[in-house]
Amino acid sequence: MSDLLRLATAGSVDDGKSTLVGRLLYDTKSVLADTLDAVHRASADRGLATPDLSLLVDGLRSEREQGITIDVAYRYFATPKRSFVLADTPGHVQYTRNTVTGASTAQLAVLLVDARKGVIEQTRRHAAVLALLGVPRLVLAVNKIDLVDYDEVTFSRIAKEFTAHATALGYTEDSVVEIPVSALAGDNVVEKSANTPWYSGPTLLEHLENVPVEPDPHDAPFRFPVQYVIRPRTAEHLDYRGYAGLVAAGTVKPGDEVVVLPSGRRSTVTKIDTADGELAEAAAGQSVTLLLADDIDISRGDLISVTGNEPTVTDELDATLCWLAEKPLRAGARVLVKHGTRTVQAMVTELRDRFDEQNLSSVDSPASLELNEIGRVALRLAEPVPLDDYSFSRRTGSFLVIDVSDGSTLAAGLVGAPLPLLENGVESCTGGSAATPDNHALVSPGP
Amino acid sequence: MTLALDTLGRLESEAIHIFREVAGEFDRPVILFSGGKDSTLLLHLAIKAFYPAPVPFPLLHVDTGHNFDEVIEFRDRVVAQHGLRLEVAKVQDWIDDGRLEERPDGTRNPLQTVPLLDSINEHKYDAVFGGGRRDEERARAKERIFSLRTAFGQWDPKRQRPELWNLYNGRHRAGEHVRVFPLSNWTELDVWNYIEREGIELPDIYYSHQRDVFLRDGMWLAEGPWGTARDGETLLRKTVRYRTVGDGSCTGAVESDASDIHAVIAEVSASRLTERGATRADDRLSEAAMEDRKREGYF
Repeated sequence: MSDLLRLATAGSVDDGKSTLVGRLLYDTKSVLADTLDAVHRASADRGLATPDLSLLVDGLRSEREQGITIDVAYRYFATPKRSFVLADTPGHVQYTRNTVTGASTAQLAVLLVDARKGVIEQTRRHAAVLALLGVPRLVLAVNKIDLVDYDEVTFSRIAKEFTAHATALGYTEDSVVEIPVSALAGDNVVEKSANTPWYSGPTLLEHLENVPVEPDPHDAPFRFPVQYVIRPRTAEHLDYRGYAGLVAAGTVKPGDEVVVLPSGRRSTVTKIDTADGELAEAAAGQSVTLLLADDIDISRGDLISVTGNEPTVTDELDATLCWLAEKPLRAGARVLVKHGTRTVQAMVTELRDRFDEQNLSSVDSPASLELNEIGRVALRLAEPVPLDDYSFSRRTGSFLVIDVSDGSTLAAGLVGAPLPLLENGVESCTGGSAATPDNHALVSPGP
Repeated sequence: MTLALDTLGRLESEAIHIFREVAGEFDRPVILFSGGKDSTLLLHLAIKAFYPAPVPFPLLHVDTGHNFDEVIEFRDRVVAQHGLRLEVAKVQDWIDDGRLEERPDGTRNPLQTVPLLDSINEHKYDAVFGGGRRDEERARAKERIFSLRTAFGQWDPKRQRPELWNLYNGRHRAGEHVRVFPLSNWTELDVWNYIEREGIELPDIYYSHQRDVFLRDGMWLAEGPWGTARDGETLLRKTVRYRTVGDGSCTGAVESDASDIHAVIAEVSASRLTERGATRADDRLSEAAMEDRKREGYF
């Protein structure tokens, strides 16, 4: 069985993102005949000479009318080497909202730029958001290379500028790859192009097929948010009491000593159960049911952790928020925080700073955080919650901020300040009074 | 056992996680169950998610009255076998008491929306599991795993919640409900590979058999309560199977000799047509047929 790569795309309007994704699907023969016929028909209806591959992915009526992508779309394709889940994120309005969504589960992101324009404001913003969310690998697709006559100098200039920016965000050189492509003509997307003899690197698809996939964090300390308590109460399973959940990090074996948080009670794992039988060990990413030696009070929202290397249980936290709602955030706001399987009331007590993605610096004590802005805040929770730093664990260091009245998702929350530069920016503004910088987010493993 | 999950293992684990999230956060969930392959897979995953306890949700079937007998028989057998509760909303009842009108073309697929929404309101279901997959259709590719519906059951693609990490936000106001799609990330081939791996039983009509069919709009339709061949259409005995199972009036069979799961997987792998494109007349109405039906509250 081939393995799975989750990737996201990002780029600004008219960079040709939908066309690139359409090209990937088309050239990997992931598009079936009836879908293709529909695209041919629709392209002809619009008076186009060649099929418009972006019609393969722009699924909503208003998207096709306006020729733009509005919402994140998920695409599935496979080659003999790998299966791919691709989050295609639009680049115009609400770009942070969509990029954050796609990036939150991505192991790799493909950023597009137009070869005629090079690295622009939006490119820098996108890269900063991807770095913040801890996407381990980046590809810069320098698109429309045909429109600059396949010019090596132009490509090298853009590649160099982007590498410098990505490095400043904390990416290592081998985690970033630049590829000259033409989504429209197909150069270097799936097939190696004869038009770029100066380029010796992989095509986009070759890179996606061969790039190492960061494994789930098996080496990390064990974390298990309890989703549901399974109590059959049948004659056969009279005393069965199992704690159902998905292993968020690390591994667990029967006999392991664990602690239940926030209560702090300790017990021992006696059995790892599944519908397919007992397991000798379970690891990050697996849905299982744990049985413990002691009859202690555990319910949904509790976190079962390895003893010794435990998350911090606290009702106060510093966090980075990506604000995704139209209505701005101001200090004093009452919200809900959903962390793991627990939802608690919370108050935003302070807006510490707002991140300026352009200058990779921060602005102190902003009056508000507006739609698509990223900043650090202080939160007070109604009850203590076990928290890991986002840079330590994507799964147990992330949370949602939810509107109390209508239930909408207001922000993506990251425990701590995962982007080291944001931390540095604060230091330069406040004379070094900020907390010690955390580990770099960029070494954190995939979701 | 190996610690690294393969693709099917990951998809299964994700679906089980979704079922448990809903069980933990909602008061009155229900699983849409027609006896078709996607809903049968959905039920299989629900059973695994709560093992060894029974599935803590009832099932709901919106029955157009135009279903294949073999599928209804299978549906009832599965329900009895697992000791589940099944609620059936019959489109015929809505037609009989005037809440719905039969369409001139005789197809009842679009008529399912009203009985579905009425049943959701009547039983106060707050989470409704569906077997929809994002690979099926372009509008579905933009669907969330937790998809909020208004009090009128409507989907607004421009006001979808961002879905971050594997943290699902199921909060909703009274009268609203959430459609939940645990199979979002599965492809048709994943579904068949998993059915093979788990040995899941399906209605016979998914495998090749002899049937009297007639050709309409490029699809092989069977005769039934929904009608038969019109003038100029000829009823022929063919060896066929179904790739999707829905309302008989608009679900076409494909000519196929695939009589077992292995042959079906080989056929699906080699197919150059999508399952909906090959077999569903309702999606051929316009470029945005599915989006329009989803907006109205269709599953």
